[in-house]
Amino acid sequence: MSGGHSTYTPKSGLGKWIDARMPLPRLVYDSFIAYPVPRNLNYAYTFGGILAIMLVSQILTGVVLAMHYTADTTLAFHSVEKIMRDVNSGWLLRYLHSNGASMFFIAVYIHIFRGLYYGSYKAPRELLWILGCIIYLLMMATGFMGYVLPWGQMSFWGATVITGFFTAIPLVGDWIQQLLLGGFAVDNPTLNRFFALHYLLPFMIAGVVVLHVWALHVVGQTNPTGIEVKSKTDTVAFTPYATIKDGFAMVLFLLFFAWFVFYIPNYLGHPDNYIVADPLKTPAHIVPEWYYLPFYAILRAITFNIGPIDSKLGGVLAMFGSIAVLFIVPWLDTSKVRSAVYRPWYKLFFWLFVANAIFLGWLGSRPAEGGGLLTLLFAGEFRGNYVGYSQLSTLYYFGFFIVIMPVLGLIETPRRLPNSITEAVLEKNKAGAGQLAGATAAPETKV
Amino acid sequence: MNKILKGVAAASLAFACTLGVAAAAEEEGHSAAEPTHFPIHKPAEMDWSFAGPFGTYDKAQLQRGLKIYREVCSACHSMELVAFRTLEDLGYSEAQVKTLAAEYEVEDGPNADGEMFQRPAIPSDHFPSPYPNSAAAAAANNGAVPPDFSLIAKARAVERGFPTFVFDIFTQYAEGGPDYIHALLTGYGHEAPEGMEIAAGTHYNPYFIAGKSLAMAQPITDGQVSYEDGSPETVDQYSRDVAAFLMWAAEPHMVARKQTGFSVIAFLILFAGLVYLTKRKVWSAVPH
Repeated sequence: MSGGHSTYTPKSGLGKWIDARMPLPRLVYDSFIAYPVPRNLNYAYTFGGILAIMLVSQILTGVVLAMHYTADTTLAFHSVEKIMRDVNSGWLLRYLHSNGASMFFIAVYIHIFRGLYYGSYKAPRELLWILGCIIYLLMMATGFMGYVLPWGQMSFWGATVITGFFTAIPLVGDWIQQLLLGGFAVDNPTLNRFFALHYLLPFMIAGVVVLHVWALHVVGQTNPTGIEVKSKTDTVAFTPYATIKDGFAMVLFLLFFAWFVFYIPNYLGHPDNYIVADPLKTPAHIVPEWYYLPFYAILRAITFNIGPIDSKLGGVLAMFGSIAVLFIVPWLDTSKVRSAVYRPWYKLFFWLFVANAIFLGWLGSRPAEGGGLLTLLFAGEFRGNYVGYSQLSTLYYFGFFIVIMPVLGLIETPRRLPNSITEAVLEKNKAGAGQLAGATAAPETKV
Repeated sequence: MNKILKGVAAASLAFACTLGVAAAAEEEGHSAAEPTHFPIHKPAEMDWSFAGPFGTYDKAQLQRGLKIYREVCSACHSMELVAFRTLEDLGYSEAQVKTLAAEYEVEDGPNADGEMFQRPAIPSDHFPSPYPNSAAAAAANNGAVPPDFSLIAKARAVERGFPTFVFDIFTQYAEGGPDYIHALLTGYGHEAPEGMEIAAGTHYNPYFIAGKSLAMAQPITDGQVSYEDGSPETVDQYSRDVAAFLMWAAEPHMVARKQTGFSVIAFLILFAGLVYLTKRKVWSAVPH
């Protein structure tokens, strides 16, 4: 699969027989054993592997849960409780699955931020990045539909709000919403189709993951220096080097996962979802799952009409735009240097972007209250002005991609790049050794 | 390793900055007479035997809580997801559960004549509801349907607010439900602040999660239920006991969950150590 020629040589007679007919063992050997990876990958690069095991974990627990779940509005809530109470280890399966979704998103956010930090989307990895964006979109759809299945209050009202977004689209909006719902309101047809799609989409994710990994193996991995692999000394074999490092990171991630599953399994959920859905009783605050909160904040930040676009359509456009903009990141970044390690200004704006994204998430959990950006800036309404902060944060979110990325690449003076990965590694180790030997070594020479 | 530390430091710094701004943006308190956010008072954090990584249910307490539910709450509140057979978790024998179940009447049928009939409950039955349907429940309670109690301890939790919700991850705080139930039951009997209007037929309780007052009057008073084990017969004690019982009703496998969790986490820590040492050995000859 990778650029180089295969080094696989089957030893046994059976191995040769299979290799001549359907060289699957060769594919596995070339992709996961001999495959060369940069020697300087840090732990931020282990989240791809972590995401792979999370996908497998979600599919396995999900398939077993589906054996006990009933997609019917009168039975769904009770069938989930039956799993929690009467199915052997049912509580474990369900908590693994519901918390697993959150862990999946934590891992994917770190994975995406890593890509943004090290410039992993830059040529020739644009398709690799776009395939990742598609996986993320599919994950959002899957997570949303999964949250509807227990048929609690937040399931029902979340589904009502989110499918309501589509009515903002001119002309075809109502038709799309009715197609999604299977009727005029969230009801049994909605639950049935969401269950069918929630079961289908993970396998589509798995399909795109195969393409994502394929694209990765064609262009090779980036690395913290952002310099392409130039010689054999720049790389190590995937096995044992990457395997064991990924393995260690996976075990640490599972520890984190276990903490939530076994000790605070409802921490990331909403208490209202333990109340059976009631179409006649709207919860005081409808909030989506935590992983959608930044986008929810962006949606609600648009409280004003822009020409012919009313605030509702504007909010929906901003929300979808905030994800759509990820797809064109490879062409927004004009920098010749790939990694933030050598871009002091980009590094600063990147970490501001991370803080801004977390802040947007918190704002998404607040009620849409406050006078907005103008009263925030000019009337000194600092407290409780959630709409104002959301507008400010939304501005930075889009500003980062649309203004900072293209402009910074043209005006920023990057630091000196090493000639190769090997040189960077040796330089770093020398600096590290120097520091150990005496306190005189200048710390800023360290990468 | 150094790089990870730097990465983690940068990430935490970004997180801390965010939260600093969040704290500044957090809302101020509300006026006493016209509060806009509920509950007016946050519930106190109680000591629960089932809190923390090694928490277990106190069976005597659960039995007292069951007594409160049966003698007081069950007059209005159903608990339809809980089967009598599961009461063996509270330390009752099979025979005791059978006797207890038989004290209830449940509808069964149809019989050979096509008639529905009443019969004594058996352990596989669930607690029967006090009202035939929610319309009847509403009619008997001034329009407010008393909520089902099977999951109430997980379906109610007062928002913790920033920064407490961050610390809760590390302290494993998961007792928001029982804390709320205890606070609500002991929260009656206060005078509403001057100028506050209380809707007719409702009762002021500053711990109520969804408003100034609720339809339920103070349900239990000192000495109302007698305890055989010498525990104090006070509203405070009753509230603790019924809150603990309702936590069990909502999460009957909690103890098994925490015990499994300990083994899982102990194994993973050990395994992580071994994998780390292997990783170090594998990479020892390669500068990276």
